[in-house]
Amino acid sequence: MTVRIQHEDFDVGREIAALRACNAQIGAVASFIGVVRDLNDGDRVEAMTLEHYPGMTEKAIEAIIAQASGRWQLYDALVIHRIGRLAPLDQIVLVVVASAHRGDAFAACEFIMDYLKTRAPFWKKEQTPDGARWVEARASDDHAAERWRTKG
Amino acid sequence: MATIKILYFAGLREATGTASELLALPASVKDIAGLRTLLRNRGGAWLEALAENRRVRAAVNQDMAGDAQPLQDGDEVAFFPPVTGG
Repeated sequence: MTVRIQHEDFDVGREIAALRACNAQIGAVASFIGVVRDLNDGDRVEAMTLEHYPGMTEKAIEAIIAQASGRWQLYDALVIHRIGRLAPLDQIVLVVVASAHRGDAFAACEFIMDYLKTRAPFWKKEQTPDGARWVEARASDDHAAERWRTKG
Repeated sequence: MATIKILYFAGLREATGTASELLALPASVKDIAGLRTLLRNRGGAWLEALAENRRVRAAVNQDMAGDAQPLQDGDEVAFFPPVTGG
């Protein structure tokens, strides 16, 4: 299980190949890539800056992966989250989960992403034509994480 | 006397003009809710940034913490807006 917080971009193909290398028991790999859009809440986004709480971020994501591992059968998981200044089209976050079968891989990948959205201490500041603004947390993200409490 | 370290992130850091501080905790302040009130009573930007109707999250020693979380000497406390990563 690996968590990396970094300024640099990541190569999805290389990361997935490394995660499943040498383990012939892995039958399913699910991944999610979050990307910067050029529009949010009706305004053009020219760039964004991602800030985080060093130390707590890693701890929170490790705890989320540990929870997923307790719930589904996982061979490995990787989370990479970028920080600093990002532009539209840039990759922000990568979640990769390896399991024996697709059901566990899909579910764990979505679970990790939903929990990361509400528990990992990152904050986005968007640069729009009207100036810079902090992105507001969405109630829909809380709901996405909340539904895992009841769902199998 | 208990001394804690307080960190502020994102909009809260900007509003208060403070990234971190060391604070000698008055004996009357026992938990996160008490600390938030103490800081709010500084007035001005603090009053607004930590207003009761504002959604502010807290962490103690890098774990999310509720209002009732007790505080101890040497704790690292953080206040920040709801997170927006991913």
